[in-house]
Amino acid sequence: MELLCPAGSMPALKAAIEHGADAVYIGLKDDTNARHFAGLNFDEARLREAARYVHQHGKKLHVAINTFAHPDNYQRWQQAVDLAVSAGADVLILADIAVLAYAAECYPKIERHLSVQASATNAAAINFYRQFGISRVVLPRVLSMQQVRALAKSCDIDLEVFAFGSLCIMAEGRCYLSSYMTGQSPNTAGACSPAAFVQWQDNNGSLESRLNGVLIDRFAPDETAGYPTLCKGRFNVGGDTYHALEEPTSLNTLDLLPQLYAEGIKSLKIEGRQRSPAYVTKITQVWRAAIDAVMADPQRFYVQQQWQQVLAGLSEGSQTTLGAYHRKWK
Amino acid sequence: MKFSLGPVLYFWPKAQMQQFYRDAADSAVDIVYLGETVCSKRRELKFDDYIALAQMLREAGKQVCLSSMTLYEAPGELRELRKYVDNGEFLVEANDVGAISMLQEHGLPFVAGAAINCYNQHSLRRLVGMGLTRWVMPVELSQHWLDTLLSQSLISDIRDCFETEVFGFGHLPLAWSGRCFTARSENRSKDQCELCCINYPQGRQVSSQDGTAVFVLNGIQTQSGSRYNLINQLPAMQGMVDIVRLSPQVEGTFDWLTKFKANSNGAAPQPLAATDSNGYWLNLAGMATG
Repeated sequence: MELLCPAGSMPALKAAIEHGADAVYIGLKDDTNARHFAGLNFDEARLREAARYVHQHGKKLHVAINTFAHPDNYQRWQQAVDLAVSAGADVLILADIAVLAYAAECYPKIERHLSVQASATNAAAINFYRQFGISRVVLPRVLSMQQVRALAKSCDIDLEVFAFGSLCIMAEGRCYLSSYMTGQSPNTAGACSPAAFVQWQDNNGSLESRLNGVLIDRFAPDETAGYPTLCKGRFNVGGDTYHALEEPTSLNTLDLLPQLYAEGIKSLKIEGRQRSPAYVTKITQVWRAAIDAVMADPQRFYVQQQWQQVLAGLSEGSQTTLGAYHRKWK
Repeated sequence: MKFSLGPVLYFWPKAQMQQFYRDAADSAVDIVYLGETVCSKRRELKFDDYIALAQMLREAGKQVCLSSMTLYEAPGELRELRKYVDNGEFLVEANDVGAISMLQEHGLPFVAGAAINCYNQHSLRRLVGMGLTRWVMPVELSQHWLDTLLSQSLISDIRDCFETEVFGFGHLPLAWSGRCFTARSENRSKDQCELCCINYPQGRQVSSQDGTAVFVLNGIQTQSGSRYNLINQLPAMQGMVDIVRLSPQVEGTFDWLTKFKANSNGAAPQPLAATDSNGYWLNLAGMATG
């Protein structure tokens, strides 16, 4: 079972490798990946440096090129594939069928993983993507543990699941809420609820967060104000004001680790390329220890309290959830 | 330019569905999509009921297409999909690539619905090679995006192999989740939903705390709070868009069909309601009006 950690910068990448990641995933410094944030990601020189560093330590580098190519500059996505391969990426994480086909035809020996943005939630969808020679599928965060188990049993392909981090509650790659509000979506711009559209306003003692003018949440002085990700705001439905879609909370699957291991899940992905090197350090340490423990003795595995404390401290709103893996969440 | 009725996205009682499709049969619509696309627990109409409606509509001179689900998670849902694929009579709209996979296996033509991620000429060309005969553009794309895509030389020799359809009226389907938001709004879990969507024939409105309509909850689907309305953009679509889709609303769908037809060439523009939007088409935020 692989521990796959995020890195948005060289310091974060080094932190992940030094603290026990088996592989690191990164993106290029443009909108060809789903974490296209200012000040984040790797240009060509950094990408080559990242590949050298990861390989010196005997680990693997995954490069996410997982937005959908635009019709007027399709070449940019091709060039991203070319660049990642020439720099020494071990794996390409892809979503667009045209980009998948291009990589399969031009670089058949470079491993292709199906990005979560391709939204493959079932055996037939996985079957569809087999024509592009994928060796692994990253499962969307909409499936229950039971459904993950069924896929692991019925599909003869490596599966990767999200283990920890920000929780996307919609089927990834098929959520247009962000472009509805701002014009920019993960699919087209590599960003959800982009920071450029965020406004904070003090209104008679309560703090209001807005996204492109739409009131996402209102915080009393004693409340912690969270980033206005549009699906995690408090809205009004039928006279009640509540988190109509989801609370600000992070996904944490530590409790499920023995089950994921038993099903032969190949890789655990930690979300958070936008996070700091300090965050990556702590998260990698906890998950390295947990994976080592489950692999050493799955029967006796238990979740150490100290791990949970660290993870809670790194979570959105200090809350964690099993998300869709736990049926009751649905 | 043809007009289509998209699948009913809400959960309506059987009698209401049957009345709606009798009205559709009597209407001037060219193409009718039908089938459950949101939630497999909605079974007021079963597969055979949909086939019976499809046959009735065909006899009324409509072109009929069966729409399949968008989010497949369970093996039982794929067995139901298999029935759609094997129907033997009607074209199928794929809203998940799993459906394309099955249709491709059988060498059957298909419609790629708006939730299939086809954003560029290379993807479209590949889908045409797999059997795509009609492409419904993702809802978040604009006239400019469509025009740019269709103008690429890679498309010119296959342009007559497929039709282009645009979602032009109704609350936009924007997201699908493992979670049921309508059940959540009633403090129920999805497993104990008691099919409560049937109580909300136009979904449940989600408003911001200062009163702006933001979204509409429709089971596991989240829709736009505004009603998308491209009636005044129809003249600009001529020569580029073959079919304009109207998504069935609980009231007034056929009146709007009449208005859309009347304004195909710009002869009868309509004022938009304050709750309407057309931003996506105009390359703005989806909720905007230009």
